[in-house]
Amino acid sequence: MEIRIANVRKEFGRFPALHDVSLDIRSGELIALLGPSGSGKTTLLRLIAGLEHTTDGRIYFGTEDASARTIQERNVGFVFQHYALFKHLTIADNIGFGLRVRPRATRPSRKEIRRRASELLDLVQLPGLEKRLPRQLSGGQRQRVALARALAIEPKVLLLDEPFGALDAQVRRDLRRWLRELHDKTGHTTVFVTHDQEEALELADRVVVMSQGRIEQVGGADDIYDAPASPFVFSFIGESSSLPIVVRNGEAWFEDRRVAIAAHDCEPGPSRLFMRPHDIDLADAGEGTLSGTVAMVRRNGGGRRIELAAGQGAHRVEIEVPAEIAPSVGSQVSFRPRRWRIYADPASVKGTANAAAAKASVPARAIAAE
Amino acid sequence: MSAEKAFIPPDRQRPTEAPPAARAVSLRTRSPVTEAVWVRALLISVGLAFVVVFLLLPLVFVFVQAFKLGFGEYLAQLSEPYAQSAIRLTLLVTAIAVPANLIFGIAAAWAIAKYEFKGKAFLITLIDLPFSVSPVIAGLVYVLLFGAQGYFGPWLAANDIQIIFAVPGIVLATIFVTFPFVARELIPLMQEQGTGDEEAALSLGASGFRTFLFVTLPNVKWALLYGVLLCNARAMGEFGAVSVLSGRIQGFTNTMPLQIEAASKEFSRTAEVAAFSLASLLALLALVTLALKTFLEWRYADRLSSAGQSH
Repeated sequence: MEIRIANVRKEFGRFPALHDVSLDIRSGELIALLGPSGSGKTTLLRLIAGLEHTTDGRIYFGTEDASARTIQERNVGFVFQHYALFKHLTIADNIGFGLRVRPRATRPSRKEIRRRASELLDLVQLPGLEKRLPRQLSGGQRQRVALARALAIEPKVLLLDEPFGALDAQVRRDLRRWLRELHDKTGHTTVFVTHDQEEALELADRVVVMSQGRIEQVGGADDIYDAPASPFVFSFIGESSSLPIVVRNGEAWFEDRRVAIAAHDCEPGPSRLFMRPHDIDLADAGEGTLSGTVAMVRRNGGGRRIELAAGQGAHRVEIEVPAEIAPSVGSQVSFRPRRWRIYADPASVKGTANAAAAKASVPARAIAAE
Repeated sequence: MSAEKAFIPPDRQRPTEAPPAARAVSLRTRSPVTEAVWVRALLISVGLAFVVVFLLLPLVFVFVQAFKLGFGEYLAQLSEPYAQSAIRLTLLVTAIAVPANLIFGIAAAWAIAKYEFKGKAFLITLIDLPFSVSPVIAGLVYVLLFGAQGYFGPWLAANDIQIIFAVPGIVLATIFVTFPFVARELIPLMQEQGTGDEEAALSLGASGFRTFLFVTLPNVKWALLYGVLLCNARAMGEFGAVSVLSGRIQGFTNTMPLQIEAASKEFSRTAEVAAFSLASLLALLALVTLALKTFLEWRYADRLSSAGQSH
């Protein structure tokens, strides 16, 4: 079942949660909605499910307009972050709930419901737990039961709202792998919401990066990581540092120094240079390099992390270097990015969508990294 | 513990078989929030004395007085027509008021916990009104509304509907004073539980009514029972508002509490027994309520105190 989201807008009261969002989800795809809290990812998922109604725009399941249908009619499997298992019902009754509440004409027999519940318990690798109550299960087991319950109604679409958000790291990783295998086995079109980029990049076929009620970028892990479409995506995915620069005649200038990086494709004017710690090389001081004062040196697993204060503005730049290199704090270090991206500086460009998004996100990222 | 022990002079060390509590005191490792023994003893005896004098003695006295002319006389007084009528009326009023408040309580709790609307805080405050208003005032308001000189009085009289000094008035007064009991139990629990379970049921295809029946109701059933229990006890025991509205016609509009008062004003030994025999029934009801309430609290403490188990 493919899903088409066409120009959907959602407001809560007067607060806009989604601005004109459009997205095509392919049949059988495992797609992640990724973004910080308040980005509208959960709202979008709930709109697809029918737990919320769009203020404007349409949602299509295949060719059929689902926006006019109730949640019951949409036939979606929804998995909640906090499982939402019915605590007074046994595991088997939880899984069979969706079948038991059907109108009599389409309701399977009690025996059939029991059989299906056992079958699904096998599928989620929890055989023999039919008689247990939800509180007797661990968090990871509960979430698997919740998934079995959602699958019991043979949904057209599987929607998961931060399904692993309440679990600890190890269980999370196991379940992630397990969900991927399950998806490959059952082939449901699956949309899941997460704020964990590692989870999104590892698990999903495609990732939808969202910020402030807008989609910033849609793509595979490589696209998102290697070719971020906006400063927001660059700073949200992976680690990054950025410097304010000015592009003039195809050259990049940081404060009063020319930086030896190609900038002829860039719009002239105030811009921002983004780079990742492991894409920066130390260099000998000289023409075209950047430099900064070492503010902190940390051992970081196999390597070492140097934090620099660059330029008069003491802009923070992080560089990943081999463990053998250990400059002393306060010394001067020169560096040159191996890979980078330049975006027109949001602070001085007003009115465009990305500008508004990045304006808030860039300082936020800087605080988070400290 | 062993590290602490090393600092204790040998003469102050107790033999190892000393109970942990005794040892704790002698080592001066008393918890900072615990008091000295004599303070504890004083506090406990003051509390106990109050309970005995103000609660236990009157309760015992009720039963002593009820049975002072023997069990036969006790039963005879309870089978008196006035007493019988009072018991029947109380049961009738309770049978109407409690279900009415049950329905209202669920509806109000549902609305408050599951929806956002203007004036929600005001509604919550309003539900508590019967707790803060004197029951006599509640009774008087109904007299002003439905009495012969009241706003609806002439219309009611013209249509031959009697509310004041009749069963409908007593029911109204009882509903008023027991209004908050069910709603107050359910609102915090339902607010805590949120709408996650309901959303799950709806996404699985359940209709609104089935969701309520299979998911919402089971989630609150113990709190609901608890609220009904308290509501019931209060409905049977209400005096103030009912006494204003009933007109106190023995055999017709006297509920048990009113009949007890009427009997206690007659100065005869049998009337005393009559008063206390009815009182003993109410006291018994209170004890049963208390026992059930304690049982519910003990057995389902986790589900009454809105601890979201799904988290």
